[in-house]
Amino acid sequence: MAALPVYEGPFGAAQAERLLWRAGFGPRAGEAEALAAKGLDAAVAELVSPGPERLVGPEPTDGHGHRLAPFDAWGHDHCWWLDRMVRTSRPLVERMTLVWHDWFATSNDGVGSQRLMLAQNNLFRANALGDFEQLVVSVTRDPAMLLWLNGTENRKGSPNENYARELMELFTLGADRDAYSERDVREQARSLTGWQNRWSKRRGDYDFHFDSGAHDGGTKVVFGKRGAFSWQDACTSCVTHPLHASFFVTKLWSYFLPTPPDAATRAGLEALYEGRDVRPVVAAILKHPALHEGERMVKPPVVHVAGLLRRIGARVDTTDWAWIGQLAGQQLFYPPNVAGWDDSRWLDTATFRGRWIAVSRILQHRALNPEHPPRGQPSDPEALLARAVEFWRRPPLADATQRVLLGFAAGALRSAKADWERRVYPVLVENALRQLVAVSPDLQTA
Amino acid sequence: MACCDDPALRPPPAGGDLTRRSFVARSLGLALSVYGAGRLGLFDEGVATAAASPPQRVLVTVFLEGGADALALLYPDGDPLYRRLRPRLALSGGQPFAEDDRLRWHPSLDPLAQLHAEGKVTVLPSVGYEHPDQSHFTSRHFWEVGATDTGLRTGWLGRYLDRVGSPDNPLQGVSLTGQLQPSLATSRVPVAALDGPSQYDFWTQGVWDEVERHMLDTLGAFGSLGGDPAVHQVAAVAAQSHRLYTQLAPFGKAKLAPPVPYPDVQDSFPKRLAGLAAMVGAGLPLHCVALEAAGEYDTHADQASGLAASLATTAQSLLAFQRDLESRGVADRVLTLVWSEFGRRAAENGSAGTDHGAAGAAFVIGTRAAGRMVGEFAGLKAGLDPDGNLRATSDFRGLYAALLEQWLQCDAAAVLPDAHRFARPKLLRA
Repeated sequence: MAALPVYEGPFGAAQAERLLWRAGFGPRAGEAEALAAKGLDAAVAELVSPGPERLVGPEPTDGHGHRLAPFDAWGHDHCWWLDRMVRTSRPLVERMTLVWHDWFATSNDGVGSQRLMLAQNNLFRANALGDFEQLVVSVTRDPAMLLWLNGTENRKGSPNENYARELMELFTLGADRDAYSERDVREQARSLTGWQNRWSKRRGDYDFHFDSGAHDGGTKVVFGKRGAFSWQDACTSCVTHPLHASFFVTKLWSYFLPTPPDAATRAGLEALYEGRDVRPVVAAILKHPALHEGERMVKPPVVHVAGLLRRIGARVDTTDWAWIGQLAGQQLFYPPNVAGWDDSRWLDTATFRGRWIAVSRILQHRALNPEHPPRGQPSDPEALLARAVEFWRRPPLADATQRVLLGFAAGALRSAKADWERRVYPVLVENALRQLVAVSPDLQTA
Repeated sequence: MACCDDPALRPPPAGGDLTRRSFVARSLGLALSVYGAGRLGLFDEGVATAAASPPQRVLVTVFLEGGADALALLYPDGDPLYRRLRPRLALSGGQPFAEDDRLRWHPSLDPLAQLHAEGKVTVLPSVGYEHPDQSHFTSRHFWEVGATDTGLRTGWLGRYLDRVGSPDNPLQGVSLTGQLQPSLATSRVPVAALDGPSQYDFWTQGVWDEVERHMLDTLGAFGSLGGDPAVHQVAAVAAQSHRLYTQLAPFGKAKLAPPVPYPDVQDSFPKRLAGLAAMVGAGLPLHCVALEAAGEYDTHADQASGLAASLATTAQSLLAFQRDLESRGVADRVLTLVWSEFGRRAAENGSAGTDHGAAGAAFVIGTRAAGRMVGEFAGLKAGLDPDGNLRATSDFRGLYAALLEQWLQCDAAAVLPDAHRFARPKLLRA
């Protein structure tokens, strides 16, 4: 097996900051420096095998001082998970939970139960870095997924192909690779029959169970093999398919790097994935030179927001995050369709405005009051920018970005004519700089 | 060959035109200061210039996401096999379809039947492509990029705009869906996505007056940042957002009461169409517009009720939009294409639904539409492929080529790969 290359360059705070963004939600104050001191090997080891979860910081609220009701209230599901991203001591576990949410993208639009969506979310978290075959089996029988892709409506004698197709196309093998035929879709659907549930007005969908009477026990032909395949066989046939490993490692890689792996890297990752264990593959990706030396990546909207809150130690204290997530193009538990979010198209004029609103929501109630400028309020561009950067706990900014921001501050300050304007504008400029720093290309990418 | 021979579609001449600017402002009942002196940057000149040129034709596309069932939109009541393939889902009622007496309109499509009777709807009952792909994502991708090519990254309308569009008018390609529709993805010129015209603002607490104006201009200044591709991507979209904000400034305070009633539903589709009609009516420089229809069309289970509701809101909204355009006197400038990524299996499945199929239905709506069917319904005996799916009797790339040539007056070969392979249906009335 070809050894995978490992990044051997300097590993300082800047490198640790990028690693924490790709493998989580960015650093808390001081976290990048602490991680850098450990070196890359130990840093990655800690990320992929963290201790028990601790949630650091105050509990989330709904903005009226009440606890969140993630099973019941609209938008509280989004905020509940966002809070976990902000406060977790296991950022990679939470990030992998987000990866699986996108990979096995299930929308509450089709499920209609936040309770079932959160149960699926816990399934992703429990299997975040474990065995992929086990994950596929668990997802196949997961109630939210059974509802979302009509698994419980797939019965002996009247198959429903929805899950069978997406299991191969999106979850394990990929489209347009000659990995399966339309006949395989129909036959796998037969193997997957048998899941049932009950419904009542009071309880909604409940009692998900396998009913052998609804299962088609007949002979099927799948990938050229003949047998009386069960639903578990259907899962196993996909993850043992010769084209699965290449699909898996390429897709997993795409969550951490913006450009695809080269052929040697892909082969190395495939070999590493032989036992279908996710953890070593993720560890190898996080140590790969391309992650540390290559192009930057646009942060998914929820990662951008969670990271800003994490950075300044702010708590989730409003349910506005749900509709703001929607505007920014990522409301958790509502991916746009079963293929998940399109990571190559996060940004357009509408979602950019959503990101702007997210930042302004963090800054709301934190803005400096121009009626009562703080003592020692500076009024020169450099000092104002330094204070705005300090507000966000000193994120790195490129020189060119700093020049644009200093140009803004100088221009805005110059436009002050009246005395009151000269007094007030520096405060307005500092507020504006906080907003601009957080929406700048530097903070929207890592 | 030059892409555009119609003078109305040529790039506008350089230089602003105050008359037009004042018209834009006046039509919204707003003071001229919106575009007033002292606020005119280079970009405002670009907008004013675009607004000053003769109004362009507008192509609106409406996507029925999920694979709308062609055999329900126009159902083959007179086909002897219909009730056998659809024992639970067979429809009844609805208007007869005058161009083929075997077919009837879905009862929820009365509004389209009405427009069809007025000669304003061209129906493609079985549109698709050879070797149909039954993946939502692959088939949708083919339709979005205008080719059966999984590698293309620009949309068919995006490539058109790259040829004829301007470097400073994001409204030339606008996605009224909250997120950019892939058919509008360009490689060169800016395009926009927005929820509606009236809320495109950028506010933050504790910033106002001249400082706020400088702050917003800084979004434009971010446009100069680059180097890394991801940084460039954020920088470019920041600058486009700033441009769009400037363009839509007149709508910030305008009351958008539509002249005709739209369906009063939670779905935002009718509101978006109402906003679109207002923008077209106000002379904003829109050219290609993409929307998603109300409701859901991936009807694997319980198709009857869900589809009826989705189609009702969509069709009523489209009728209101058409009447809105007519009452504003701009209907001759707008053509609407309604499409879906595929149709559904002829035989229903065991869940009172239908699984993925092949050919689907499409409609071209407008006062300039020819109103004559393109392709045919080939019947449930001869018209199905070996998988039991409807065979295409017209090709979506021929449809696109005809829209490009006849409506946008552009050389389709410059936009669509292998455009010469596809027959162009006649889409417009003489």
